[in-house]
Amino acid sequence: MNILIKNGLTVTPDGMVEQDVYIEDSTIVKIGKNIDAATDKVIDAEGLAVMAGFVDMHCHLRDPGQEYKEDIDSGTAAALQGGFTTVACMPNTAPPLDSPALIKYVVGKAAEVDNARVLPIGCITKGMKGNELAEIGLMQEAGAIAFSDDGRPVENGNTMRLALEYAKGIDALIISHCEDKSLLADGVVNEGMNATIAGLKGITRAAEESMVAREILLAAALDARVHIAHVSTKNSVRLIREAKKWGVKVTCETCPHYIAATDEEILSYNTYAKINPPLRTDDDVAAVIEGLKDGTIDAIATDHAPHHEDEKNVGFDYAPFGTSGFETAFGVCYTYLVEAGHLDIVELSKLMSENPARILRCGGGLLQEGQRADIAIADLNEEYTVDRNKFVSKGKNSVFDGWKLKGKIKHVLVEGRIKEIK
Amino acid sequence: MKRKHLLGLKDITAEEIEEILDTAAEMKKLLNQNVKKTPHLQGKNITTLFYENSTRTRVSFETAAKIMGANTFNISASSSSVQKGETLIDTGKTLEALLTDVVIIRHNKSGAAQHLSKNVRNMSVVNGGDGMNEHPTQALLDMLTMKEKFGSFKGLKVVIAGDVKHSRVARSNIWGLNKMGAEVTLAAPATLMPMEVESMGVKATNDLDSVLEGANVVMGLRVQLERQQAGLFPSIAEYHKYYGLTPARINRADPDAIVMHPGPINRGLELSSETADGESSYILEQVTNGVAVRMAVLFLLSRR
Repeated sequence: MNILIKNGLTVTPDGMVEQDVYIEDSTIVKIGKNIDAATDKVIDAEGLAVMAGFVDMHCHLRDPGQEYKEDIDSGTAAALQGGFTTVACMPNTAPPLDSPALIKYVVGKAAEVDNARVLPIGCITKGMKGNELAEIGLMQEAGAIAFSDDGRPVENGNTMRLALEYAKGIDALIISHCEDKSLLADGVVNEGMNATIAGLKGITRAAEESMVAREILLAAALDARVHIAHVSTKNSVRLIREAKKWGVKVTCETCPHYIAATDEEILSYNTYAKINPPLRTDDDVAAVIEGLKDGTIDAIATDHAPHHEDEKNVGFDYAPFGTSGFETAFGVCYTYLVEAGHLDIVELSKLMSENPARILRCGGGLLQEGQRADIAIADLNEEYTVDRNKFVSKGKNSVFDGWKLKGKIKHVLVEGRIKEIK
Repeated sequence: MKRKHLLGLKDITAEEIEEILDTAAEMKKLLNQNVKKTPHLQGKNITTLFYENSTRTRVSFETAAKIMGANTFNISASSSSVQKGETLIDTGKTLEALLTDVVIIRHNKSGAAQHLSKNVRNMSVVNGGDGMNEHPTQALLDMLTMKEKFGSFKGLKVVIAGDVKHSRVARSNIWGLNKMGAEVTLAAPATLMPMEVESMGVKATNDLDSVLEGANVVMGLRVQLERQQAGLFPSIAEYHKYYGLTPARINRADPDAIVMHPGPINRGLELSSETADGESSYILEQVTNGVAVRMAVLFLLSRR
């Protein structure tokens, strides 16, 4: 099938330019002004931003085992609503994705439902227990795009060292969830003023930062690649900035909620604001934004963490960590980064597409002739109020529920096929 | 007072605190009568729902409710459907369906009272202590005790010493006393002091001795022995040396100062026996005032 996206504002490294995009089957064939081609379908994109489809390098699809929270079908359908055409899902399922068979299950089911492209992330250690290495090589062969024990840190330093070393040998990427559990002290929110006011136990920022430091130093010692997941504090940003100056092969991501929300959200005991790492303060938010601006932070990932309403409608201490993220990510980032004047749309697009695709080495992520036709088209002027009950995701647990956002996804194409947007 | 729930002193006005304390003063007159009975709550059903152990708070609420003629019910989590896995919300809804007018909840997690209040329709919820967050009726009874003694809160110097970090009593007192114009100073070892607590409008120090001069009220807080085992302070002896309320320390405060403690006390840890049983101790007065304050709270909430 041939598709012509007409009169859109294409977002490429060259800027935002009004021109057409012509797609043949699964490939972008031509980008230019006034393309005249015989097509099966024309998308009128006048006034809309035409971007590479977003690549989410960190989400939770909960499948297999926790389908009451989300499954591969509902999760990838929700991803499409948010403009994500590729998602890398974390392996903390039940059972965890720690074997080639389980990786193949995810790949197979994703192909069957045929929404967004799914790239499973395999476990670093068997059962995510932090002891023995999982079959990283075999999982990579089966389709695992990277390896992480996300949701849990690899507590033992030597285990992480061996993982980084082994992964380097087979050119695989390790993604580290940085959290020194011994520093948690039963905390559920960021340590500081708002924890004190709410009477909730705080988590010191050092729980995250000390492990960021460990991973950086291990990667430096081994000359291995490491990717730091969900960076949330000022000192984590500073550590990574410094490490990059040293030439350490470290990359990192942050999430929309660390860009737009602070721990003030927990004062009302809103369990949707219970997230790990916890929402921090204005100072951290400013540092995260600075990190995005100067290239210290490479990518924006959702950490989409859907949970069932019954799990979240409990006392704050009992609720699981995480916020639903796919369907608000672009609006939050556009509103709080671009509208707020920190970045332009080209830079945001790079953080949500090109960079994560480059880190994962999964292809795509660029609006360019010859590339996969994974495309997200957004109305940058549309304002709306987030209504979690309208989410396609089973996870209605959004910290952004009721927030006013700008920038809405209108059309999405995956490999040249038009997907339905609500 | 028009509110339906009493969840804490964080979100309550000075006028409301005043109204509760004035009503409590009236109720206290009843407590001094030979026959302690009024019909204020006749026909009302009042239930205590306790997920934590308690002697004084539970009995105090029950006494208050019974004096005013209410039907009272006591549920403790250890001998209820909670053991069968019933959630707090479902227990709350069940109590409401059982025609409960006011439920008093005590829970070991912060925010539990608010969580319950959001999930019921007509039943009033009183926070009987939630985690490290608030214990509003305790602070109100403390404030009644101070008001009886000193008449006003304006400029009253209150020193709160002990495990402030884990204390809901301290938090409720800070909110309430600040609103009424008292000057609150906290004294604790750094590991038992909440982060950035000054943002709540108080002074904080690790040196108790340096802030006792001129203090009108010295309030000790219970220190759980488990805190020592968890490494928050080195030993009972060291804690008592620096933070124990001994006669020598109380003598540094204003000559007319009173000693308070929410109980139960650890003799020889945060309080020496001489202090606990001494002339400046108002600890038992606090307990009696607790009944008056809870009568006032139950009455004002059920009057709606």
